[in-house]
Amino acid sequence: MGKTVAEKIFDAHLVDRPEENVFVLRLDAVFCHEITTPLAIKDLEARGKDRVFDPDRIKAVIDHVTPAKDSKTAEQGRVLRLWARRHGIRDFFDVGRNGICHALFPEKGFVRPGSTIIMGDSHTCTHGAFGAFAAGMGTTDLEVGILKGVCAFRSPATIKVEILGELKAGVYAKDVILSFIGRIGVNGATDRVIEFSGPVVEKMTMEERMTLCNMAIEAGATSGICAPDRTTVDYLWPFIKDEFSSPEAALAAYREFCPDADAQYEAVISHDVSDLEPMSTFGYKPDQVRPVREMENTPIDQVYIGSCTNGRIEDLRVAAEVLRNRKIADSVRGIVSPATPEVYRRAMEEGLLAAFLDAGFCVANPTCGACLGMSTGVLAEGEVCASTTNRNFSGRMGKGAMVHLVSPATAAASALAGHIVNSTLYRG
Amino acid sequence: MKRFGGKVLFLDRSDINTDEIIPARYLTEPSRESLKPYLLEDIQLEGFSPTKDLAGKGAIVTRANFGCGSSREHAAWALEVNGIELVAAESFARIFRQNMFNCGMLAVSLSPEIIDRLFAEFSGKETEVAVDLEAPSFTFTADGSILEVPFTLSRFEGDLIEAGGWVELADARY
Ligand code: SF4
Repeated sequence: MGKTVAEKIFDAHLVDRPEENVFVLRLDAVFCHEITTPLAIKDLEARGKDRVFDPDRIKAVIDHVTPAKDSKTAEQGRVLRLWARRHGIRDFFDVGRNGICHALFPEKGFVRPGSTIIMGDSHTCTHGAFGAFAAGMGTTDLEVGILKGVCAFRSPATIKVEILGELKAGVYAKDVILSFIGRIGVNGATDRVIEFSGPVVEKMTMEERMTLCNMAIEAGATSGICAPDRTTVDYLWPFIKDEFSSPEAALAAYREFCPDADAQYEAVISHDVSDLEPMSTFGYKPDQVRPVREMENTPIDQVYIGSCTNGRIEDLRVAAEVLRNRKIADSVRGIVSPATPEVYRRAMEEGLLAAFLDAGFCVANPTCGACLGMSTGVLAEGEVCASTTNRNFSGRMGKGAMVHLVSPATAAASALAGHIVNSTLYRG
Repeated sequence: MKRFGGKVLFLDRSDINTDEIIPARYLTEPSRESLKPYLLEDIQLEGFSPTKDLAGKGAIVTRANFGCGSSREHAAWALEVNGIELVAAESFARIFRQNMFNCGMLAVSLSPEIIDRLFAEFSGKETEVAVDLEAPSFTFTADGSILEVPFTLSRFEGDLIEAGGWVELADARY
């Protein structure tokens, strides 16, 4: 019987199956950040188990609130920093070298097709864009991952989502995933793996695939996965060129983690995006979505461009194109946070930061910050933000504030208009 | 391994969520122990007072879908630091249940009939529960009434309990 990507990865990493629906897998990497890891570190210390399974396969970053904004966040950073030093974790990224985990770690070449990755963070599913099985876990699972390099998963049951048709100009991966979540709902894929496929995904860049997989959790999925292909290999080539004689050879090896033609899926969903318009959320749940057209004239107080969903260089390019030689509305505060120092540097070299600054944006440092309402753009009660992030839960970006999730193009256009609106890049 | 049993707290409601068990505003607390005063602070339950009713309790008996909502493991920890290491319910939210066993704690599903009977015969009284993990079964006692209730544990859950949680089990086994 044929197998899905997740089933193949499970097979290749299986350590134990203590009961029918528990699969203990070997982990290729454990990612850590300063919000969830310190509790795990402290508990391991309390148990007399302050060890790590392999310092080279643990990657850590201070990204959520950085530079620290108060004593509490400074202490969280300190716990992580001292732990990384004590255990010789070389891939530890501190202020100046730090960026948002799910943007930074792929950019550093830490994610490979067929890998297993966990992190104490729900958007770990982002890394599935590389054909990896990557899942967000709770503290105990993170502790076990750090200590032993294993994790117990329930099942690799997979829903295949075929994204069909052709995207119109000005419609992006963000619009695709919003429309899909709107269709299947916030519990539509609970505890399932989503395998994204079809012509639209095949044409997507790695950054677009990351945007797609990033929000798989918003439909309840454990992980979102795109099977590895030539695009994956080309992105990874600088990091794997010593491992393989040619990109073709790498692709041949990674094909092991492509789904079989006769793979058994729990469900197959076709999602045609030919007529898709730019989308926006309208409520406090990410499945409350409607076309931007129907949201027009919703006044906004702030526009936020950044996060692990849409803070990469391609996102900044699109937003800067919309903004260039224009000014944002007086009533709006614009904030952009390039997701990593590398994104920041490229945005600077390409003149994108100048376009943001000239338009009246604040260019913040790479951090999660405003995305989770911790720093660098927290909203006041009653305010409204058009944001390129992934969660619009009540209170997410500030108590009593409303978040509308949109693409970078829509966010930039809305900043100019002072209300939610389609960008001029969209040809409907 | 933890020692299970003790005085029983009855929570007569379904769908008690993790926000009620430990509100989101305490997720930034620096340690598990510091969650202690906030357990069940926001619960919507007539006649229940966390400050009075939690003291000295070692177990909870409740209705369906206990621990639904956010997957925060803090919910299990907040119970643990208050000495409540056993919850018996008609059913649980999956992640909460898994978190309990991961922490070496017991989350046991009992039939609606048994739960009804426990509420009818024991709630409102000074009830104690004793746990026999070999059988496995519970023995509920309150002035004169005694009820023995068998339950089931999967082998893996039994191993987690015996080891004192997933960290200990994984460290010993892998
Ligand atoms: S950018 Fe937002 S969603 Fe992404 S990891 Fe940071 S806080 Fe989480």
